[in-house]
Amino acid sequence: MTGFVAVLAATEDIPTPDVDWSAIAPNLILMLGGILLLTVVSVVRGRLPGWFHAVWTISVATAAIVAVVPLWQRVQDSGPESVLAGALVLDGFSLVVTATICVSVILAALLLEAYLRRERLGGPEWYVLMLLSASGGVTMATANDLVVVFIGLEILSVAVYVLAAMHRRRVSSQEAGLKYFVLGAFSSAFLLYGIALTYGATGSTNLSRIQAFLADTVITQNALLLGGLAFMLVGFGFKVAVVPFHNWKPDVYQGSPTPVTAFMATAVTAAAFAALLRVYVTTFGPTYRTEWQPLVAALTVLTLVVGAFLAISQTNVKRMLAYSSINHAGFVLLGVLAASAAGDAATLFYLVAYTFMAAGSFAVVAVVGRRGDGHHDLSDYQGLSRSRPGLALVFTILLLSQAGVPLTAGFLAKFYVLAAAVESGYTWLAVLAMLTAVVSAFMYLRIVVTMYFAEPEGEPRRPRIPAAAGLAMGLCVVGVLVIGIVPGPLSDVANDAVSQLVAVGR
Amino acid sequence: MLAATSSQFPVIPAMILLPFAGAALIGLLPRSRGDLFRPVALLTAVATGVLSVWMLVGFEDVARFQFQVNQPWISDLGISLHLGVNGISLFLIVLTGLMFPVAILGSTPSHDPKPYYAWLLVLMGASVGVFAAMDLVVFFVFFELVLVPMYFLIGLWGHGRRVYAATKFFLYTMAGSALMLVGIVATGILHQRGTGGPLTFDMVAIARDQVISRPATLWIFGAFAVALAIKVPLVPLHTWLPDAHTEAPTAGSVILAAIMLKLGTYGLIRFGLYLFPDAAVTLRPVLLTLAVLGITYGAVVATMQKDLKRLVAYSSVAHMGFCVLGIFSLTVQGIEGSVLVMVNHGITTGALFLLVGYIYERRHTRLISDLSGLQKSAPIMAACFTLVMLASVGLPGLNGFPGEFLSLLGAFEGARWWGVVAVTGVILAALYLLWAYQRTFHGPATGENARMKDLRPGELMVLAPLLVLIVFLGLYPAPMLERMEPSVKALVAHVDRNSDGFTAVERRYVGPAEAAEREGEGG
Repeated sequence: MTGFVAVLAATEDIPTPDVDWSAIAPNLILMLGGILLLTVVSVVRGRLPGWFHAVWTISVATAAIVAVVPLWQRVQDSGPESVLAGALVLDGFSLVVTATICVSVILAALLLEAYLRRERLGGPEWYVLMLLSASGGVTMATANDLVVVFIGLEILSVAVYVLAAMHRRRVSSQEAGLKYFVLGAFSSAFLLYGIALTYGATGSTNLSRIQAFLADTVITQNALLLGGLAFMLVGFGFKVAVVPFHNWKPDVYQGSPTPVTAFMATAVTAAAFAALLRVYVTTFGPTYRTEWQPLVAALTVLTLVVGAFLAISQTNVKRMLAYSSINHAGFVLLGVLAASAAGDAATLFYLVAYTFMAAGSFAVVAVVGRRGDGHHDLSDYQGLSRSRPGLALVFTILLLSQAGVPLTAGFLAKFYVLAAAVESGYTWLAVLAMLTAVVSAFMYLRIVVTMYFAEPEGEPRRPRIPAAAGLAMGLCVVGVLVIGIVPGPLSDVANDAVSQLVAVGR
Repeated sequence: MLAATSSQFPVIPAMILLPFAGAALIGLLPRSRGDLFRPVALLTAVATGVLSVWMLVGFEDVARFQFQVNQPWISDLGISLHLGVNGISLFLIVLTGLMFPVAILGSTPSHDPKPYYAWLLVLMGASVGVFAAMDLVVFFVFFELVLVPMYFLIGLWGHGRRVYAATKFFLYTMAGSALMLVGIVATGILHQRGTGGPLTFDMVAIARDQVISRPATLWIFGAFAVALAIKVPLVPLHTWLPDAHTEAPTAGSVILAAIMLKLGTYGLIRFGLYLFPDAAVTLRPVLLTLAVLGITYGAVVATMQKDLKRLVAYSSVAHMGFCVLGIFSLTVQGIEGSVLVMVNHGITTGALFLLVGYIYERRHTRLISDLSGLQKSAPIMAACFTLVMLASVGLPGLNGFPGEFLSLLGAFEGARWWGVVAVTGVILAALYLLWAYQRTFHGPATGENARMKDLRPGELMVLAPLLVLIVFLGLYPAPMLERMEPSVKALVAHVDRNSDGFTAVERRYVGPAEAAEREGEGG
């Protein structure tokens, strides 16, 4: 009774949190940008030029990146802060992931522009969904509460489910959307169940409170919490396609419109890994590391090995890249597994580098796919070095980067991850990871061999390279080479970003 | 870097950047100016070669690293562009400076000259980088980087099963490198833990401190040894070599034999002995055994070959075995001999591949059974071939001899029974090369063989510097020995100091090469 009265008394003066609008500016820009685009287009229907949606999306994403800069300064000067009553956190890590997601929005929008024109698919919905999805990703990356993580994940995922099925005329696109949706819904349920168990064990969904609770309290019966950790791992594992939760990935990557695949490979992966890292390393790292590390180590082994070996047996380039992205996920997981400041920085570095490698590679795939987005067989790449030497060179650089050849971003990304893993005592796993990288290299070489050494059957086709797609590829190649040759700025940012992650909460 | 106004011109960065700049220039030239690619490539390679000679002239006969440049690169990992040469790497860089112009002059691509020359120049810059790197990560970067141009050179301009050979070459080397990369990372981190200082991958610091525990160094040395043994190549990791050498275009074969293989043996000296002396001493029997195995196996298999180019390729396996034998004899003579073998094998095998290439251009076959009596139709070529072949056999007075002799001498002092077995390799080398020569150049000249054109003056000009060096370095190796001796002595003393249960063997025998050197010293 007294409790009821207390609740009544409290309702008279509901404490509304102070909203620091500037702290959530990047997320707001993305979300409002999406909504506004939908509104504007429905009002002035038909009077807008075709390029308007793409330019709008790129401007919005650029604005969001610009908004990140003063926040970064603020975090560097005065340390991390929690926003919205501890629901979100403003720290270097979340800001870098935010910027990465925005970059992948820009790259995907460039691809989408060329793609929609070629496929004669119009409409602002693609861009609106992408912006909303990015906003969900940013929410995930900045979340300081398990419920917010879940909300972010759902915003991110639902938009991508639709995007995957957006190519109306291709059955495989709809199949991909449905498959992704059904399996994604399952994984969301796992995540939610894990969150519920964790809440039951710790009494809070707020990450900083959970961290503080575990630091102060020794739970004698921790089955509930361990169950929660395991279920959440399944949920996150699905999103980043960790083996054995990876089966959707090749089908969905293959079926989805290629620019959407590029977006999935970059933004979705980055957001999901950011949340995974924040929950496991930052929140449960100090106290429960020894419990989850063996589990994650086992998943890492599976992910690395299965990703590499299944990739080499494929003949569809899109599927090859899908499996290779599983192998890459294994490398990122190695950085998470290290559960150290160096590991966090390595994870971040890898995610940024992979954004350029993956977006660029899928850009090439989108161009070679030609009208109908169906020419993704290895044989479609025969003689590309003759008909499109520039395109072949771009793809070669991106593939060599993915293989980890020095002077490209891929090499240093692997180097940082290995250094973090060895430092945390996972030398055996580092050796294994590098051996799987050699297996993957065989797959990348197969593509290079086809482009350069195979004689094309009949007249080699010259795929048209639209300006927007060309620009995206150019940006990616420059990004890969600059990060590979002058990694200093990015590694400084990654190191600064990570040191912030530890102090979550007010 | 080039703006450094300090005491001297930064010759090493210039030697790395110049070929890369040349490659970029070729990349920028339009395809319509096809006549320019070759001159630009040649000019760049020759300029780099001149710089290497300039370095040779300016080199002082002391053990320390010279022409050093040190620029931070990735500061949070303590990786710096630390470059320098000592008496061991000096001659390999000069060899690079010599062989690339020869390779470019000696053959022309069958198609697409633009990427061909660009890749060759990239290969040159990266090769110099490998030999000059004093930072483990920088070494690795260049070590991996050479794969890419070589892969394309074999795959695009090679013969027969070129794609298979190129892919095999790439994956083999990369598999080894994967282990080495983890080894490098572990070295850096364990060194940091041992000293409590900042993370560094600087070779000199790691070699000086020797703080890594013994079990760890055994593992790391093992990782390095596998990667480098693939590159050398040591039996049983050699199977990429016959394919790569045979299918590569002539220039590719020349560079593979003359430069690429040396990356392995050089790495064993630089990173095996210098960084992990104790582990090197412990695992020495394994490497010595593999070396001897390589010498005999390579020679026997070479004898059986039907393809002239494949024969030369297998002879490389045998020669590189002498190199490894010399290194792991852990004596001053042995290591000096090993470096001599590296350089001289580069010169002679490079020349052999050029000659085989010339025969192939004329006859479109390399099968020994198709060739016969060539000395009647091409006497000058036969004379050149004789000289080069005898040098490769190790005839005293030609350049193959001093290195092999010193390697064996070192082996007799440091690893006697391995040395005893290795000597059979010398006899076998005479067997397979003389037999091959006899079958191709002697006998009746029939059909096509009778009409084969002799060497053109231009081709002879390409071979001339190599022939001169074959004779000069055979008669008078002292200038090389003088320059490398301080470095080699310091290295052996370093191994002696930092390993348990091993004492460097005192020098007791004086071979003719050293006698010559003594005279040079004593005046």
